[in-house]
Amino acid sequence: MLEHVVNGLVLGGTYALVAMGLTIQYGIARIMNLSFGDTIIAACFATWLMFTGLALSPILALVVLVPAGYALSLVVYRFIMKPLVDRAPDEGALEVDSILVTFGLLFVIQGVLLTLFGGGYTSYSYLNSPVNVLGTTVAANRLLALALSLAIGAALVVVLFRTRWGMTLRAVALAPQSAPLYGIDTNRAARTAFAIGGALACTGGVVLSMFQTFTATGGVVFTMKALIVVILGGKGSVPGAIVAGLLLGLVETFVAAYIDPGLTLAAVYTVFLALLLVRPNGLFGKA
Amino acid sequence: MKTPLAFALAAVVLAALAAAPLFIPDYWTGVLLGMTGYVALATAWALFSGPTRYVSLATVAFFGVGAYTVAVLNEVLPYPLVLLCAGGIGAAMALVVGLSTLRLAGVYFVIFTFGLAELVRQTVSWWEVNVTYTMGRYVFLPFEGRHIYWQLLALAAVTLLISWAIGRSRLGLALKAIGDDETVAAHAGINVTRIKLMLFVISATLITLVGAIQAPRWTYIEPSIVFNPTVSFMTLIMALLGGAMRLWGPLVGAVPLFLLFEWLSVSFPDHFSIILGLLFILIVFVMPQGVLAKLEDLRGRGKP
Amino acid sequence: MTSFIAETAGAVRRLMTRGAAAALLASVASTAALAQDGDTVKIGYAVSKSGPNAGGSDMTVTPNYQLWVEEVNAAGGLKLPDGSQKMIEVIEYDDRSSAEEVVRAVERLATQDEVDFILPPWGTGFNLAVAPLMAKFGYPHLAGAAVTDKAPDFVERWDTSFWFMGGSVDYVDALTEILVAQREAGTINDQIAMVSVADGFGIDLVKAARPAFEAAGFEVSYDKTFPPETSDFATILGEAGNAGADTFVAFSYPPHTFALTKQAKVAGFNPPVFYLGVGAAFPVYPGIAGGSVEGVMSLGGIDPNNELTMAYRSKHEEVVGRAPDLWGSILVYASLQMLAQSIERVGLDKAAVANELSTGSFSTVLGEETRLENNQLRAINWIGQWQDGNFVAVSADGGEGKAAVKLPKPGWE
Repeated sequence: MLEHVVNGLVLGGTYALVAMGLTIQYGIARIMNLSFGDTIIAACFATWLMFTGLALSPILALVVLVPAGYALSLVVYRFIMKPLVDRAPDEGALEVDSILVTFGLLFVIQGVLLTLFGGGYTSYSYLNSPVNVLGTTVAANRLLALALSLAIGAALVVVLFRTRWGMTLRAVALAPQSAPLYGIDTNRAARTAFAIGGALACTGGVVLSMFQTFTATGGVVFTMKALIVVILGGKGSVPGAIVAGLLLGLVETFVAAYIDPGLTLAAVYTVFLALLLVRPNGLFGKA
Repeated sequence: MKTPLAFALAAVVLAALAAAPLFIPDYWTGVLLGMTGYVALATAWALFSGPTRYVSLATVAFFGVGAYTVAVLNEVLPYPLVLLCAGGIGAAMALVVGLSTLRLAGVYFVIFTFGLAELVRQTVSWWEVNVTYTMGRYVFLPFEGRHIYWQLLALAAVTLLISWAIGRSRLGLALKAIGDDETVAAHAGINVTRIKLMLFVISATLITLVGAIQAPRWTYIEPSIVFNPTVSFMTLIMALLGGAMRLWGPLVGAVPLFLLFEWLSVSFPDHFSIILGLLFILIVFVMPQGVLAKLEDLRGRGKP
Repeated sequence: MTSFIAETAGAVRRLMTRGAAAALLASVASTAALAQDGDTVKIGYAVSKSGPNAGGSDMTVTPNYQLWVEEVNAAGGLKLPDGSQKMIEVIEYDDRSSAEEVVRAVERLATQDEVDFILPPWGTGFNLAVAPLMAKFGYPHLAGAAVTDKAPDFVERWDTSFWFMGGSVDYVDALTEILVAQREAGTINDQIAMVSVADGFGIDLVKAARPAFEAAGFEVSYDKTFPPETSDFATILGEAGNAGADTFVAFSYPPHTFALTKQAKVAGFNPPVFYLGVGAAFPVYPGIAGGSVEGVMSLGGIDPNNELTMAYRSKHEEVVGRAPDLWGSILVYASLQMLAQSIERVGLDKAAVANELSTGSFSTVLGEETRLENNQLRAINWIGQWQDGNFVAVSADGGEGKAAVKLPKPGWE
């Protein structure tokens, strides 16, 4: 029983880590980013290249790739998202436009990765050593994912709820139309939020690459998992993403242990669909 | 154009399209087949998603169920009955799904329908593995490309006809009202839920039939082949590109996009994804309202 | 570890040389285009260059097509019965991992490009999808990367189809034979823990395995499937470990094979028999596992003492920039050699080539006298084991180019 809780939380940690960036991009910057998973895959490949080509530790890769993800996302926002935000008459139109444009971006990133790395399975070993947590043996790299997601989540919550800058971001998330009336630069806030999301995607990619096998075309799996977590947790809610991520990890583990590993994903979708019917705005969402 | 004239024209075009496989090589029949399949899918999709603005990614859930029904039943029942069963299963599934989900809106509905497609796929896989102990199923029906093409052509014509009929009926008016503002429509005495449900069922049944008709083309059916999420995305993109609110919109989107995909994968087999992605981004920037709207826009500007 | 570094260096080099290779291919293509029509042999194929099947195609199928074309053209082209030679002109399409696309691509190759021969796509499902068309247009169908027990039926249905990878029953029987011998030797008990991916390959094998294990007197005490998207196997391995079985069998795809290995290592899960699915025969596997994989078993295997095999492997590494996998690659390549030799003997007539493939004897990388039995290749290494850094073909007692299996599997370090 306890081992399943530990395994479930460790698995959920990865989901939470992957979902936080998307919830910020969607909740605050109002961009539904379908190319999110491909950003993660790109970071996976970059880490792999540094690790195998230059013998750089993935931890060091984190130092390089996270700022790179932030900077690249700023550029993407400026040249692709900003014009859409400016022309959109309402939130619904922006949502459709951002879905379509990031769908295109998804293919571009995927195509570039295919050209550079081919379609093969890529994987390597790093920090694949046993760690004992409450009597259960877990892999150090997966534990790192959980620890990072909790740490980053806590840091984000502190920033969002305890600083003036965070309040600005939340104001934009809640009332994008009226925020400018209070002298808030919504454009800047949205740009920053989008870039933070990109940096988080890179963080996720670096950590995931240590234990997960990735292919150039595998991004959509991450996007969908992250989307489910985001919607479950309530869009834009960092605590929601963490709780929902951990919840899904626990559901998968318990179903695998007590019912049938073949039904894990079916169970996840059932929980997701059922919860959506009861609470259409997610666990932490506001109606 | 007067309606009878338009109908006569449509009939001529339809006849020409039906006769085409007798004169062109198999490959071009294959292209027509694929294209007609997507015209039917996109039109059926727009039937529900156009006026209600509910963006559905469940297309492949129904498409796959149709194909799977044929795979399971093709050796037990005569073919027309198999199609009937497929349609019935699709309609029943749509009824259950529609009843439970149509109160969701916006992105929640989008994700829900995507989740639904995955849920159906996982459940079918699990059922096949643990209950029937078969994964791949074979469809050995004596159909060649042109037979499947003719069936799809008929289905596409029927779909367009239904779409046209709905657009002219009281139902169509009610739908426009719902699309503009659901709350206002409800206050005006329109039974919003029933109308949405009806449309959803019609649209899903047609989509199921497309899957059922196309199944014999692949000989071998397994969940990863028939529940390929690309089908949902392609359908959505085609309908949106042409304009999901118009009768001919999905067709105008499906035909050029399909040919474009074909040309790209033939000419740039190594860089298909990149070019496709760039085109996509370009489309969003250049014609956000769809091709038909863009054309009207240009024509309108040309006039004094 | 050294092999891992070599692999990595190979991969990085591949990145660097990919541009050069593309330029080379382009120049080959343009010279081919310059040549007059009829001076070349047109060979077409549709493979998955994008989508979920790209990983499999990129490992087993596409590199061998490229290697073969390059070798043939470097030697002056395909030989014909009259002693003349014709260069190969390649037409390739991306099927985007979609069944509808692969079917249409084959139609295009046959009726639009009118190629002389069509090489098959990757995967059982896609090979079956194109089989009726290949038969209809009269092309010999050299199904290289397709595992199916129904090959004898398919040969009757499509008499120009040829099957090079055997069926699930063959692979399972070879494993069962070894398990029975090990049980008699007292190495293992009669319990088996078995997991499989809920997708074509996994289901096909597990369907063959359940009755075979049972008939041999084994009890499958843990028997579960998992969805292809599964990324975490901690719970599955834990439950399998609790099942009291000495034998662990996983019919898995590469991502699962890699994850199962890594997580088994972390959990210290080390049963006497540890058998995995696709991916364990990839040359990168020991590197991915991060250390010793001694004793791990899987499908395939090679004979390191076979000079033909080893010559093929070094050539592949030289031309493609990385080593071929240790299961299907060599079978695919052998099928292409048989095609070339058939053309040399009977010319470009498709029916004559198909007939020659059925009845002839060929000198391939598998051996000097490779022949098909009822249009199927049967001289396949069904089971392999990592021994001293090589993935060698094994059987219960060895012999006939196979090593004796070494069990129980040693610890992970």
